Amino acid sequence: MSTGKTLLKVENVRKQFRLSSDGWFGGKGQVVNAINDVSLDIKKGESFCLVGESGCGKSTLARTVMGLENTTSGSIHYDGQRIDDMDDAARLPYRQHMQMIFQNPYASLNPRMTITQTLEEPLRFHRPDLSDKDVADKVVEVMESVGNNTAWLTRLPHEFSGGQRQRISIARALMVDPEFVVADEPISALDVSIQAQVLNVMMDARDQRDLTYLFITHDLSVVEHFGTRVAVMYLGVVCELAETKTLFDSPLHPYTQLLLSAIPRMDGSEMTHERMEGEVPSAMNLPTGCVFHGRCPHAKDMCKTDIPKLREVAGRLVACHFAEDTV
Amino acid sequence: MALLEVKDLEVQFPLGRKTLQAIHGLSFELDAGERLGIVGESGAGKSVAAFSILKLIARPGRISGGQVIFDGEDLATIPPEQMRHIRGNRISMIFQDPMMTLNPVLTVGTQMVECLKAHRDITDEEAKRISIAKLEEVKIPSPDERFENYPHQLSGGMRQRVVIAIALLTDPAVIIADEPTTALDVTIQAEIMGLMLNLCKDHGVALMLITHDLAVVSQVTQKVCVLYAGRLAEQGPTRSLIDAPKHPYTRGLIKALPQQNEPGSRLYQIPGSMPTLDDMPPGCAFNPRCAYADDRCRQEVPKPRAFGDHLVACHHVEKVAAS
Repeated sequence: MSTGKTLLKVENVRKQFRLSSDGWFGGKGQVVNAINDVSLDIKKGESFCLVGESGCGKSTLARTVMGLENTTSGSIHYDGQRIDDMDDAARLPYRQHMQMIFQNPYASLNPRMTITQTLEEPLRFHRPDLSDKDVADKVVEVMESVGNNTAWLTRLPHEFSGGQRQRISIARALMVDPEFVVADEPISALDVSIQAQVLNVMMDARDQRDLTYLFITHDLSVVEHFGTRVAVMYLGVVCELAETKTLFDSPLHPYTQLLLSAIPRMDGSEMTHERMEGEVPSAMNLPTGCVFHGRCPHAKDMCKTDIPKLREVAGRLVACHFAEDTV
Repeated sequence: MALLEVKDLEVQFPLGRKTLQAIHGLSFELDAGERLGIVGESGAGKSVAAFSILKLIARPGRISGGQVIFDGEDLATIPPEQMRHIRGNRISMIFQDPMMTLNPVLTVGTQMVECLKAHRDITDEEAKRISIAKLEEVKIPSPDERFENYPHQLSGGMRQRVVIAIALLTDPAVIIADEPTTALDVTIQAEIMGLMLNLCKDHGVALMLITHDLAVVSQVTQKVCVLYAGRLAEQGPTRSLIDAPKHPYTRGLIKALPQQNEPGSRLYQIPGSMPTLDDMPPGCAFNPRCAYADDRCRQEVPKPRAFGDHLVACHHVEKVAAS
């Protein structure tokens, strides 16, 4: 469980992707603003969830945290150390502490490597001091700890179903005994009855190994079940950040309210979702002021000019000028 | 009499020396104006069932037995020319990915007019008028302008609205929607499902909704068929199927949803995964994953039989229901 010690600190991070100016389609030095001034901190032992719709920047943020993308500005600290400006050699130990599970297990496993080879590779890379026997023992131990059959080890990825592959991906991430795992939509490619199996494996690993998760998803019912705290993103901005229960019981940001009303429920209730005006604006051409003002039913003049800061209202952080009115 | 009646449908895919059977003796009925959900995991045969109703099964796949009776005619045996008058006209289909359904090099308008003129003897102006009215009906803002747009100029949600408008063009009696919102975001999914529900109610169109999402089924449909490994596992009125499922598979499926579990707790899980078509266990296809399985289940395939207002394909339904 959470000990209150901050493990990951993201401060004022921006990420822009520059579109090449001499492209076929004549883009003139346009910039995609994928992440716009995001700050958040993840405490040790948390299962921190990041939710939002496609294009809101949640995967980019995860990749930036993992060092798969550089930041444009801002800083990322891990366990008190700034990691975003480190060179590769200095970063190496952090690559062992921080591991990632990807969305599509059909793409994230090398089709030509047996499961043994796949699992051994990260360990041999990070721990060259281990003997062959130590490595082999570790492979078996991790496979068993996530409930995988060790008979799988000599086989190749194509012999497995999606759920089994995802459990192998989880085993690979756990091979180097990480403290912090980023999971980018780990169950959205899986069938319903398999999603529960994989979520259970992830929750067991958390409890046994004292893991901290950054869990990225668009499935709100999974967040409600799995997350300790949630950040809701819209167009590269965090609109609301709260304890899971607080957020689901009383969402304050109009976008969070919209998102929650869209969850299909099984309790026999009617569809309550209200259609919101307009479309998500383009990240190439951000609106002025609040990024949500064009679709917000409560927008006032101020929202068109002033960017709302993420501030504390009623026990959570929310980026809305009129959050108090909703309380 | 039901509007659409699928009777003992069998679909096979010959594969080299082997023949894989994707659908085994599937039967269900759809009344005029009724909304039916077809639920199952990937590979359960739900899309194959829908495709075979419209005779869209790719060769060498074929309907190897059974009947698909629509309005008194057996679609499984009628000639292709006659089928063309039904497909896209009396029975429309909405596919999963609107970007794949719409032709990227033709404007929305061209595609709509083409569809109408294929089934009706009308002028271009008349076709355009009807098309724009349909675009308006699916709540596309400024439909006159959108009529001239190409698909890439529209967002994912707008594209799916266009696809729905095209499905409605000929005032069909049945719409088959195969995972219509799976490729879309949650907020767009809610908008599109709400729209489809209202359109079906307003026009009295029967809907066959194929999905893996039980929550969507619970909000939209009146009746559900749960498929497992190409067979009907359970059928019943939506509310009662979700509140009181009788088949062990349906039960497991519903219990495994995060919504049904205490937040933070370990989720209920069905062990194992669905067998593939070339590796079916003898007897009930669900027996290796089922807590109630005994020798009979390992030998004899259970036939769907009535239990209350459900149809359940389980030898031990009495025992399961009582537990």
